[in-house]
Amino acid sequence: MSLNSSDISRIANLARLELTPDQSQRMLAQINNFFELVEQMRAVDTTGIEPLAHPLATVSEMALRLREDRASEPDNREANQLTAPAVERGLFLVPRVIE
Amino acid sequence: MAEELHQMSVARLAQALRDKKVSALETAQHFLSRISANHQLAAFVALNEELTLDQARAADARLAAGSCSPLTGVPIAHKDIFVTQGFPTTAGSNMLAGYRSPFDATVVDRLAQQGTVTLGKLSCDEFAMGSANENVAVPALGHAAATPVRNPWDRERVAGGSSGGSAAAVAAQLTPVATGTDTGGSIRQPAAFCGITGIKPTYGRASRYGMIAYASSLDQAGPMARSAEDCALILSAMCGPDPDRDSTSLEVPDENFTLQLNQSLEGIRIGVPKEFFGEGLAADVRSAIEAALQAYQKLGAQLVPISLPRTELAIPVYYIIAPAEASSNLSRFDGVKFGHRADRYEDLLDMYKKSRAEGFGEEVKRRIMVGTYVLSHGYYDAYYLQAQKIRRMIAEDFQQAFKSCDVIAGPVAPTVAWKIGEKADDPLANYLADIFTLPASLAGLPGMSLPVGFGQGGMPVGMQLIGNYLQESRLLNMAHRFQQNSDFHLRQPGGF
Amino acid sequence: MTNTLVQGYEVVIGFETHAQLSTQSKIFSRAPTAFGAEPNTQACAVDLALPGTLPVMNMGAVERAIRFGLAVGSHVAGRSIFARKNYFYPDLPKGYQISQYEIPVVQGGDVSFFLGEQQKTVRLVRAHLEEDAGKSLHEEFHGMSGIDLNRAGTPLLEIVTEPDIRSSEEAVAYAKELHKIVTWIGICDGNMQEGSFRCDANVSVRKPGQPLGTRREIKNLNSFKFMQQAIDFEVRWQIEQLEDGHPIQQATVLFDPDTGETRAMRTKEDAADYRYFPDPDLPPLVIASDWIEQVRAQMPELPRTMADRFVKDYGLPAYDATTLTQSKAMAAYFEATAKACGQPKLASNWIMGEVSRRLNAGELSIEQAPVSADQLAALIGRICDNTISNNAARQVFDGLWSAQGEVDAIIEAKGLKQMNDTSELEKIIDEVLAANPKNVSEFKAGNAKALNGLVGPIMKASKGKANPAQVNALLKQKLGG
Repeated sequence: MSLNSSDISRIANLARLELTPDQSQRMLAQINNFFELVEQMRAVDTTGIEPLAHPLATVSEMALRLREDRASEPDNREANQLTAPAVERGLFLVPRVIE
Repeated sequence: MAEELHQMSVARLAQALRDKKVSALETAQHFLSRISANHQLAAFVALNEELTLDQARAADARLAAGSCSPLTGVPIAHKDIFVTQGFPTTAGSNMLAGYRSPFDATVVDRLAQQGTVTLGKLSCDEFAMGSANENVAVPALGHAAATPVRNPWDRERVAGGSSGGSAAAVAAQLTPVATGTDTGGSIRQPAAFCGITGIKPTYGRASRYGMIAYASSLDQAGPMARSAEDCALILSAMCGPDPDRDSTSLEVPDENFTLQLNQSLEGIRIGVPKEFFGEGLAADVRSAIEAALQAYQKLGAQLVPISLPRTELAIPVYYIIAPAEASSNLSRFDGVKFGHRADRYEDLLDMYKKSRAEGFGEEVKRRIMVGTYVLSHGYYDAYYLQAQKIRRMIAEDFQQAFKSCDVIAGPVAPTVAWKIGEKADDPLANYLADIFTLPASLAGLPGMSLPVGFGQGGMPVGMQLIGNYLQESRLLNMAHRFQQNSDFHLRQPGGF
Repeated sequence: MTNTLVQGYEVVIGFETHAQLSTQSKIFSRAPTAFGAEPNTQACAVDLALPGTLPVMNMGAVERAIRFGLAVGSHVAGRSIFARKNYFYPDLPKGYQISQYEIPVVQGGDVSFFLGEQQKTVRLVRAHLEEDAGKSLHEEFHGMSGIDLNRAGTPLLEIVTEPDIRSSEEAVAYAKELHKIVTWIGICDGNMQEGSFRCDANVSVRKPGQPLGTRREIKNLNSFKFMQQAIDFEVRWQIEQLEDGHPIQQATVLFDPDTGETRAMRTKEDAADYRYFPDPDLPPLVIASDWIEQVRAQMPELPRTMADRFVKDYGLPAYDATTLTQSKAMAAYFEATAKACGQPKLASNWIMGEVSRRLNAGELSIEQAPVSADQLAALIGRICDNTISNNAARQVFDGLWSAQGEVDAIIEAKGLKQMNDTSELEKIIDEVLAANPKNVSEFKAGNAKALNGLVGPIMKASKGKANPAQVNALLKQKLGG
């Protein structure tokens, strides 16, 4: 299976990437080129195989570590916002959010 | 002094520091001057001499007070994928030009606790996505524009990637040791291309906190140095549980990886996967690896033929999983809280699209696109889920193999370092060159690279050793014994 | 079942409720969760998604999820998975929300409540843990929005029902019951103004027997009053559309309290494609059965269980029992009263009647009631021992409410004691009999009704203090001979 240019624009929009027409064209060619390689993978019979989300789950069951419920982070706003693109009165400014 | 500071191994340098034969300050100054004398390699992207010298003075104080660790005063440089308070952090991307992290990565912090002195930040492929360190957007020191890292053995060739700056800097002796990260081979392959030694530990042994995430289920930090012994010293400081910061860090206590370096290799079974020696393997690399395997036999090891039947599948599986995770990990770069924001935009959506289009380079965009696609509605099962299933099969193939052998050995890469630009416009060619490093990454196994000879164009050839989970000591022992009986790791590129 | 049709349409409602869990720290970071701090002073590096940061799960949030699961009879999953829900929005720092998708921690269960005298049960699909987003402030930023991420990372339990609700009244009753449960078991402070308990209602209509209609989701219903208004408006609107031949488009709508209307939100395009996948930063959440048992052991008696006990131990009707278990305080007040006076049903009547009426009138909570359980018990005691009549008791209650002293003192002061002294009563009766020979003769002639003509004047003469039962007895005695 191969993608077409409308797939590319749909994905680019999902990923919030602006692509120029020629970028989209190149992207389309390269991605389709890559997906030829992927075909062999799709052909593999994986019935009954559990997906492996965490590498070491192969040998031992991974369980989420839980942390005591304690608030210990101090206010570090100044350092956190040091290189923020746009801040006013401690708020991050963005183009108007319409709901 | 008979031996120049930059020629010393970490072990010897640390000893010289403890014996007050040299001060941490002199040492730092010596390496800083070598760095500024060798900008043509494009290895370093950021220095902070004042901070470096302060750290050196602090180290001297510790040395004087005798309250020092085995690494106090030893200079180190960090791949620019680790966030650092004292130095800029860019991940090689325009997206983070001018970014300052309010905290240090856990790995950086652990090394600082040991008294290491940070020389600066090292170039890498943008967000660690690349196999040649050609995907760079941030100009290296002494360069007006972004430029690929040069291979010290032949400046027309790539240093490998994504930890290319680390490999080049160590090979050219601009730093005794450097940190790197390995997602699909980013420590092992540049180490091989530049003739140095590097190890990627078991997934979860080194904390990922403060390592800018590329593919969360694959990223691992590790040391790159000139010998297995040096790697063992640094790895001991880097690894350890980080329960407060990283939910995937293993609860395996700190380990001193130097303790078993000298163990005998008598009776060790080395698995040789036939899939690693197919026709894709260049003749020069093949002969160097085969020679090394014979050397191991002389050291008492025995060779066991094994099979890793899904080696080829590792390429599509990796290039589905890693981009999928990356597409999500890189969504935080939206121009709202930090990083690049476009100057002109019409509305919020436009700001997102322009900021990300301007901030990310070609390869990063490509992987975000692939990752977004394979996770999108209607394709998830066919691609991402299928890849995760085959990933388990690949991991189980290794467990099968380790029933008949103790370690697995083979090439790191099919060829020696290629010419800069040779594959720059062919992403797929770069992907295919990762074939031998991807399987261990997908399985989360420890893997290392050590120099075992030279091939075409006099370029170094690296051998890969893959161990079972938590077998780092075994790998380092194997590499160390080899290096005690060979001098490939001592050879140095000319002109440094 | 309240299955009322609206203009021949059946209303179908499902609920999604976001309950902020009352933890000290965020779900994946150590930043505090307190409400109302200066913008972004409680958003740490992890909450801001600064490069290199990673999530670490808060045990307190999991413990609260378990408590909820046990409270509503759900299956608490031994293994559940955190997933990433990917979408771009300025109040979502990572560009994805960590939530639970395929395998939630709480599965199934149900919530029962009374609507009037009718019991209704709403089935739960699931309840899952996730992180809250920040807030966008639209005011006073010259065309820009200000983003405050203090709320980002606050633990949420999203509670999802089956589409079992059939009217706006049921919807509100369900929401109130759920609110009662989460506050009762102490996992949520229930403060709706501060957004601690936010309801989304999925509303659709259909002709009876038809398949489910297209639903519209009313977001952020943050008061029970608006909830009912919003749903009623939405139902009417949907029916009008259908009647006018316009099919309903799936949409997310907001309720505007000023206009009393719902309006569709500007839909984020591609919002549909969230690209869920298991979060590689978080291994599976594993909950051992012994942990569940520990939590079970520490659970308070639940309203439902307590109501059953009231029926069993105090012989109350189910309706009384449920009403009295609306809040822990109300239930405690009832039990104290019932135990002290030994008259559970009377205690229930008084609390559901007089006491509640006064509380509502004065907009007081039971904790603020001027009449203590002991005082009410004493009052009921005086009714049972015939010291006062029911009418008199109401006057005594007034006295207690306006703090005029203790029960007996008030009875004295108001002279409300019943006349149980026979001699004085007989005197009155004799006078009345003498004054009403006609009734007497009629009664003797066999007309029982004639007796009433006598009781009235006797009570009157006794200024209401006579005990009616006693009056009847004495009369029969005297007349029947």
